[in-house]
Amino acid sequence: MTTLAPPRADRPTRPPTAAAPRRRRRSVAPLLFLLPFALCFTAFFLVPIGVAVWQSLFQPRRSGLLGKTTEVFVGAANYLDVLADPKFHEGLLRVLAYAVLTIPLIMVVATVLALLLDSALVRARKVFRLLVFLPYAVPAVIATLLWGFFYQPQFSPIVRTFDALDWSSPDFLNGTAVLLSMTNIAAWEWIGYNMIIVLAALQAIPTSVHEAAKLDGCGELAVAVRVKLPMVLPAIGLSLLFSLIGAFQFFNEPAILKPLSATITSYYTPNVYAYQKAFAEGQSGYAGAIAVTLAVVTFLFSLYFLRLGRRRGVI
Amino acid sequence: MTRFKTLPAHVVLVAASAYFVLPLLWLAISATKGRDELFTTFGFALPENFALLDNIRQTLSYEDGIYLRWTANTLLYAGGGALGATALAAMAGYALAKYSFRGSGAISWVIIGAVLVPVTALALPLYFLMSAVGLQNTPWAVLLPSLVSPMGVYLCRLYAISSVPDEVLEAARMDGASEWRVFRAVVLRIMSPILVTVFLFQFVAIWNNFFLPLVMLNSRELFPLTLGLQDWNTQPQVGNQVIFNLVVTGAFLAVVPLVVCFLLLQRHWRQGLAQGSVVA
Repeated sequence: MTTLAPPRADRPTRPPTAAAPRRRRRSVAPLLFLLPFALCFTAFFLVPIGVAVWQSLFQPRRSGLLGKTTEVFVGAANYLDVLADPKFHEGLLRVLAYAVLTIPLIMVVATVLALLLDSALVRARKVFRLLVFLPYAVPAVIATLLWGFFYQPQFSPIVRTFDALDWSSPDFLNGTAVLLSMTNIAAWEWIGYNMIIVLAALQAIPTSVHEAAKLDGCGELAVAVRVKLPMVLPAIGLSLLFSLIGAFQFFNEPAILKPLSATITSYYTPNVYAYQKAFAEGQSGYAGAIAVTLAVVTFLFSLYFLRLGRRRGVI
Repeated sequence: MTRFKTLPAHVVLVAASAYFVLPLLWLAISATKGRDELFTTFGFALPENFALLDNIRQTLSYEDGIYLRWTANTLLYAGGGALGATALAAMAGYALAKYSFRGSGAISWVIIGAVLVPVTALALPLYFLMSAVGLQNTPWAVLLPSLVSPMGVYLCRLYAISSVPDEVLEAARMDGASEWRVFRAVVLRIMSPILVTVFLFQFVAIWNNFFLPLVMLNSRELFPLTLGLQDWNTQPQVGNQVIFNLVVTGAFLAVVPLVVCFLLLQRHWRQGLAQGSVVA
């Protein structure tokens, strides 16, 4: 049910009596329907990837001491530099740490909430469902600005509460805490979204399945863990894959919190680093090489994850 | 079910709901506070002087009303982009679902592959392209890439396969309707629920995409709201101080219509997510 559905080529074959001009018209029509999307897809999806790869093969060189900078073809030099660049390594490791911290947290909480809302235990489930899903309506930038206020001591109601209790409050924006602070923002933004996905998968299970389990004497908890959970694992697996791919692109939160935090460097994540290289240092070739390398690394991880899931029979 | 057994479940849900709602409540309360009270009062305490209207007036008029400009830009990028993307996705999805032609299978696979590519990954490559053709720092640089929604095509294709009956198409053709007319008059109507969903998802995707406008746009008057608010938040403006009350009020004004629209269109969100996960 949850591998990406393979394209279906099965279509009723036309009876041979169909008029010839009509058939010709019908072979042009789908191409015309497809054309606008195909043009845009090529121009704004495929071509830019090509341009980025091309650009990543060049480096700026200055001719003479005060001469003009020109872009010189350097082959794979940028890639060799990126692969050996400790700043890139650091960013990549941080993104992995962020993924390991954030994704399981989001998926576990989302699944628990979905199982609760799907159980017979809970009243007012529409209200709860709505409240948990509400942050999805808030754009990531605004969510980060909002939590930024909660992290800054001069505004933060959290810090105020700590002060009132005479506890020393943590510094949310510096040291290792800042990564956890961003994990919290991501959790706030994405738990509801993932909960709805799991809930939809739960509601697709025929009720006869859990009725049968209950007749066999299973309690709500046993039904949830032994019957329902295995049936929604594929939906969870797919969400995990999308989350993993998204985590490698980690950019918004560090970019927005950067002015507030001394810990967030200009190479905090690979995307932050690529942005820095392209715009602050004018090295678009190097930035392109970072972007392409990141894409390849992401692809390899996703492939590994998919194979792992396949072997366990989850995806 | 005894109360004893259901209590823990409700406690968990109430706690979770509080976590998700409190920051928004803080935003609403803080939008009613003047600049000083933002610092001096406890975040969830109500203001002594109700300054919401004054804040709104200031937000809308600050820097010659650039906030309204940003709002209009956001509507153009997210609304226009999502509308265009939905139209392209509807046609492409329908063509892939209901016609057989050479290469349709391969195209469908390319689109599934493209669904997995996050928009953030394309921002920098798009910047290279747009600056090569001299379109960077124009609205087109944000608008044109937003027309591409592989997820939209994917959802439309699935929906057309499952919900547009071949008999209806045949009947319309028998009546002498052209292929375009069949699409306009019959198919679009049947597909309208998924089109609303695709529009909403693309709208949110564009409005959530921070990286793309960040790399493309330099002129502040071209910014969408997200970029503008971030700009206000990081640059000291009045007397070397950040205009925090305007940032808060601006964020509040931006979130309210979204939350309202989201409440009204709940069904479509859930439907889209259900489709994306179960069939995907």
